[in-house]
Amino acid sequence: MTRLSGGVIDRSRTLSFTFDGQAYQGHPGDTLASALLANGVRLMGRSFKYHRPRGVLSAGSEEPNALVELRTGARREPNTRATVVELFDGLEAKSQNRWPSLSFDALAVNDLFAPFFAAGFYYKTFMWPKAFWEKVYEPAIRRAAGLGSLSMLPDPDAYDKGFLHCDLLVIGGGAAGLSAALTAARSGARVILADEDFRLGGRLLAESGPFTDQSVDAWIAGLEAEFASLPNLRVMRRTTVWGAYDHGIFAALERVADHLSTPGEGVRQTLWRITAKRAVLAAGATERHIPFANNDRPGIMLSGALRAYANRWAVRPAERVAIFTNNDDGHRTALDLRAKGVEVAAVVDSRAEAKVLGDYPLLAGALVTGSRGRLGLKAIRVAQHGRDQWIPCGALGVSGGWNPNVHLASHHRGRPVWDEAQQTFLPGEEGPPGLIPAGAAVGEGSTHAALMSGARAAVKALDALGIKASPPNLPEAEDRPLGLKPLWHVPGKARAWVDFQNDVTVKDIALAHQENMRPVEHLKRWTTLGMATDQGKTANVTALAVMAELTGKTIPETGTTIFRPPYTPVSLSALGGGNTGTHFRPRRLTPTHVWAEGRGAVFVEVGQWMRAQYFPRPGEKTWRETVDREVLATRAGVGICDVTTLGKIDVQGKDAGAFLNRIYCNAMASLKVGMVRYGLMLREDGQAWDDGTCARLAEDQYVVTTTTAQAGPIYRHMEFCRQGLWPELDVQLISTTDAWAQLSVAGPQARVLLERIVDGFDLSNAAFPFMACGELTIAGGLRARLFRISFSGELAYEIAVPARYGAALMGRLVSLGADLGATPYGTEALGVLRIEKGHAAGNELNGQTTAQMLGMGRMVSVKKDSIGAVQSRREGMAADSRRLVGLVPVAATDPVVAGSHLFTEGAVHNTGTDQGWITSACYSPHVGSAIGLGFLTEGEARQGEVVIAANPLEGQAIRLRVVSPHFVDPEGGRLRV
Amino acid sequence: MERIPCPHCGPRPLAEFSYGGEVVPRPDPEPADDATWGAYLYVRSNPKGPQSERWVHIHGCRRWFTLTRDTATHRILDTPLRKEEA
Repeated sequence: MTRLSGGVIDRSRTLSFTFDGQAYQGHPGDTLASALLANGVRLMGRSFKYHRPRGVLSAGSEEPNALVELRTGARREPNTRATVVELFDGLEAKSQNRWPSLSFDALAVNDLFAPFFAAGFYYKTFMWPKAFWEKVYEPAIRRAAGLGSLSMLPDPDAYDKGFLHCDLLVIGGGAAGLSAALTAARSGARVILADEDFRLGGRLLAESGPFTDQSVDAWIAGLEAEFASLPNLRVMRRTTVWGAYDHGIFAALERVADHLSTPGEGVRQTLWRITAKRAVLAAGATERHIPFANNDRPGIMLSGALRAYANRWAVRPAERVAIFTNNDDGHRTALDLRAKGVEVAAVVDSRAEAKVLGDYPLLAGALVTGSRGRLGLKAIRVAQHGRDQWIPCGALGVSGGWNPNVHLASHHRGRPVWDEAQQTFLPGEEGPPGLIPAGAAVGEGSTHAALMSGARAAVKALDALGIKASPPNLPEAEDRPLGLKPLWHVPGKARAWVDFQNDVTVKDIALAHQENMRPVEHLKRWTTLGMATDQGKTANVTALAVMAELTGKTIPETGTTIFRPPYTPVSLSALGGGNTGTHFRPRRLTPTHVWAEGRGAVFVEVGQWMRAQYFPRPGEKTWRETVDREVLATRAGVGICDVTTLGKIDVQGKDAGAFLNRIYCNAMASLKVGMVRYGLMLREDGQAWDDGTCARLAEDQYVVTTTTAQAGPIYRHMEFCRQGLWPELDVQLISTTDAWAQLSVAGPQARVLLERIVDGFDLSNAAFPFMACGELTIAGGLRARLFRISFSGELAYEIAVPARYGAALMGRLVSLGADLGATPYGTEALGVLRIEKGHAAGNELNGQTTAQMLGMGRMVSVKKDSIGAVQSRREGMAADSRRLVGLVPVAATDPVVAGSHLFTEGAVHNTGTDQGWITSACYSPHVGSAIGLGFLTEGEARQGEVVIAANPLEGQAIRLRVVSPHFVDPEGGRLRV
Repeated sequence: MERIPCPHCGPRPLAEFSYGGEVVPRPDPEPADDATWGAYLYVRSNPKGPQSERWVHIHGCRRWFTLTRDTATHRILDTPLRKEEA
């Protein structure tokens, strides 16, 4: 262990962890990166394309190099940045993208062939033969290039999502963010302070003595205590605000348990949706590096990162350290390292006028032009006054200035603007409304400026909300200028890396320039610059400057770069928020669901509903056997089916009849109280939309039903018509789908069975005829509704009771009807029964059919206006001669396949000769063969004709005879007994 | 993700609402000719900028209302409180 003095780590406890199987130790407060560095491990990964040995570049979330696979088994997580992984006891990490080992990687041979792998290489090379791309080239490239690998096992952890509201959201807990949060919280406003780190302080933790009148530790400890006492402030550590969305909504990821080996009973991560009236963007700044030849060796890192490792984590990065800088910030690193007893070999400053600020050798007007050390830095080559020298060192800190973290400010496409004085992009004016950037994120980078800027931003934000706030007493802090003189890269012949994660060099940018890929968007896509998991946080601005130099334009002329969410990678598990498996979408269960489960029913998904599909009995070998039995039992005795899922809408008011007259194409106002009528709804363009029944329970009350699938849309549509189109009508609607359990009781014994359960209600044909409805009580006082309607073609009723009695009613009917052969049936038998009867259902009402096609053309009333009536009379609609017909195979054993298209016998099969299609098909135990329903040109006049049902997918062409769609009781006698 | 100001319930998350499209008044059925009906059914202005559009608080009070939204910025410019606007 090579630890320095000081640091914000808890030396009283030791944590054990492994990297590539090797055991190491660290302390609470360490990140994986700081602990590895403290153990002398500089090599942490291999680069994406060339498999170059790489070490850590940064000390924060911008890290492009040190990506590791964390944890094992199902919890293995690839591409985790070692710089933000909080160390825990037992942590297991592995390097990635190397084989067989990190220090010897066979694919590093790619690096030797680098001249062939320049930007655009793949586009130009792997073009022929075309078929090779998918089968050979892409799999090979994907194996060779790449990052970590997934466990391929289901994620065992729980994830959650949550919603928060506040007056002010402060994004970032550094100097500016803390100052803003303190200012706002003391005003009484509702404040959320979110920071991605596990410790508040941001860059303050990485600096030595940024305050002149007190210590950072003491100030933050005081703040933490005050924050804890303020109920109007919520401090969210380990929480990255990663996206700015419309209307003040921000997305944030809280890593609730990522710092533990397993989340235990709790959630691992929570996705927060924060609605903020105002926000302060105090996201700080990211240091930029300066590309020079071979600037990617382990040990070469950002100067500010070097300083952070020494100050916050007490890490001695190497025995001898050098600095390469174009501004005074690099000198600060040298001073801090010196103060901690680290030998500073040299500060190489590109500025000729640079002054030495302490006890270290300064090479002013000098450049770093190369480096040595295959698996870790050994020496740097420095050019000064035309002379080269090699300086041995184990670490090099590079400082090219700081890029404000403008990311969230550009999430609404607000373009950052170039600031010539500071040589940086600052957040533009057109950022998300209500988002005020502060501190280093807006170029106010000195500690003093950041503190002041944060407080000012909070005051301004709250003032807009009418909340008075005033800046608190803030620490006296350093306020030194950077004195930066731009140096974007060191010219040279060897490769100098710009984007470490995607292996993009200055040469690649030059090639892009040469190939005329000059606009920034082309440059990015051609070279893949900035398109890795770090989204170019340390690369984009530098690349832009290099391109500007090549084109001879200024940086703002060359372009700008904006960012999209997420700020840092967000796992899909977190975005799913726990909505996996059966939680993926809600399931609606019918009132008889549990009862049906007890009977061994097989269920089928119908939209969100789970419906009983059929009820197998012991000994039945196929579903067909079961369904045939259910159908025959219904037609012979009585069958019972749960039809609760049909939409039920209660329509009440003086004008209920007039309203329904306009909703349905047929007349509803004329319906007598106590009667039911079939209703067909059209869309405004004249096509058939949905059907159901309207039962008039009272002068001013109807109950209408919709199909299961359209229950929601129809209700929404009816509300729109009521509120938007005809507000003058006195009518109110409510959906009662879930309030009433509704059972269909069908078959010749239906009346006998119901007589056993009603409280003296007269069910005789005279008193309660076909299409009657009424309210009654059953089973000794339970209120119920009875409708004499039939979907099966048999004598049938639908009986509705309050939903909680549905299962009991089902059980009672089945047991009371045992001697009558009472049989529960599912959706499969329901479908067979209705196809046999020739009733239209969803297959026939598919949005492409008309009332005429359904044989209901005459139902469209011409005496009144209704939705779709005008358009249904259009010439083209009225001329459609296709009609619903029944179809049976000529050879009784032939199948009837829904979806087959119909052709005249002998005709060629193409769209020009197409005569219609089969909508529904089933095996009919009543007919004794397969049967179907379909739409056929001139269908009404073609009964008896043989047509061909073509199913080219399976090479089928089956001869079918056209028959009446009513296979059962075409006269309807059975309904009326 | 947006917040939609329901005239009845106040601002609520987008997920509670259902979109009803641009406001196009339904023609009088009888005098209207084919062109009028065609425009009503199929023609939308699709502006880049303010658009008057319908929303329904489907998972809330079920109120239909119209508001003016800038389709480029999602800024909501105007929310009539009147109940019926067609």
